[in-house]
Formats: sequence, C-alpha cells, structure tokens
Amino acid sequence: MNRAQREAAVRRILEQVPVPVPPGLHAEAVRRGSRLLRRRLLAHRLLWLLLCAAAVAFTVWALRAQPWVEPPSQTTPPLTGW
Amino acid sequence: MRDRQASRDARRAREFEAFVAGAAGRLLHAATLLTGEAPDDSPRARRLLAPTLAHTYARWDRLRGEDPYECARQYLATRFAHEAWRHYGAVGRARPHPRSPLAELAPQERLILVLRMFEGVAEEQTAALLGLPVERVHAICDRATATVLHPARRSVPRAVGTKVASS
Repeated sequence: MNRAQREAAVRRILEQVPVPVPPGLHAEAVRRGSRLLRRRLLAHRLLWLLLCAAAVAFTVWALRAQPWVEPPSQTTPPLTGW
Repeated sequence: MRDRQASRDARRAREFEAFVAGAAGRLLHAATLLTGEAPDDSPRARRLLAPTLAHTYARWDRLRGEDPYECARQYLATRFAHEAWRHYGAVGRARPHPRSPLAELAPQERLILVLRMFEGVAEEQTAALLGLPVERVHAICDRATATVLHPARRSVPRAVGTKVASS
C-alpha cells in the first residue's frame, strides 16, 4: 500500500462508527459559556477598578509628598556676606 | 447600549445554536476517538466536549470571522493533551475500550492520528498546535497508522523504526 491508500484506509476506519449526540448539549454549553463570560467580565471590571485605585493612590501620595520639591538642606549652608 | 447588547446576545445565541447543530456530532466523534471509548458509551468524551463548546460560546464575539469549528477543535486537542499528560501513569487511569478502533495507541498517537487523519489538519499546523517538531508529528502519525492498519504487528520489535529514524 502506498501512503495515499494507507491514509484512506485509516480514514475509513476512523469514520466508520458515528456517535449519537446527547440532547442537552447545546443548553449546557450555553449555560457554562455564559458563566465563563460573566466571570471574565467580572475579572475585567475588578482589574480596572484596581488600576484606577492605584492611580488615585499614587496621585494622592504625589500631592502630599511632593517629590519634585527640593528637600531642606541637611548641612549648614555656606555663610556669605560677613 | 442595552439594545445593542441584547441584539448581540441574540445573534450570538442564534449563531451558536446553528454551530452546535452542525458541528457537535463531528466534535463528539473526534472526542470519542481521542478518549478511546466505545462509540455508544463515552462519558469522558462528553466531559471533554462540554467545556469545549462552552469555551467556543464564550469566545464567540471575539472570533470576528475566524472559523468557530477550528477554535473548538484547537481547544479540544489542547485540553485532551493536558488531561492525558496529567493522568499519565496515575492509578485508576482509564484504559481505552477494546471496541474503539484506536484502542492500541498511546494518547499522543491517538491525538495526532485524529488531528491529521480524521480532522485533516496539515502537519505544520498540528505540530504548531501541539508544540512538537514537524518530523516527530510525521513519525508518530506513520507509526500510529501502521499500528491501526496492522494490529498484530504491535508485538514485533520495530523494523519500522529504522526507516523512520533515518529522516
């Protein structure tokens, strides 16, 4: 048998017995799929909420700590004009 | 916005129903071949198919013109591969039913044979899907084909193996 005949023979063997489909399959798939979708939506919303909370927290911290302002000197500044 | 959402939901439900009506039979047949169960009693295949269809339903809006059957088939194959790997060597692992045509094959051989021969997926795509080199997929497919066509040869030490190794 060459390759094409072998493959055709295997395909015939694989296709031979059809399997009956259970009746409630569609309903269950829709139910579980909807649950997956709801959970995904919830996860997205939670992550966005977390991101917004982090942004707000960072803004509040920046307004209070003001890291762009030079801190007061820790050593005595040089004395001039005496 | 609610109307748009409702119409989108209705469209998704309609299209998914048509998809299940058309494709569930073939997907279930593929799953039964994968699990190596008898055609009329295949609880594991049904347990494989249900999350596959749920996943396809959940991804329906994001498919955007891709083939839902291909999405389902890909998920089915990867899920079976994960489960088979997890149950490898486990106590109480299910044995293939002797009435299944693929009863004598290992899970990986079943997977590659079903994808290549039953589903007609090309070799490169199968290799990409399973994360294997193309030559290995080719070798496994040849070996599985030989085993299915000539079951008695399973006990003979690999004269076929030398031909494959020279590639």
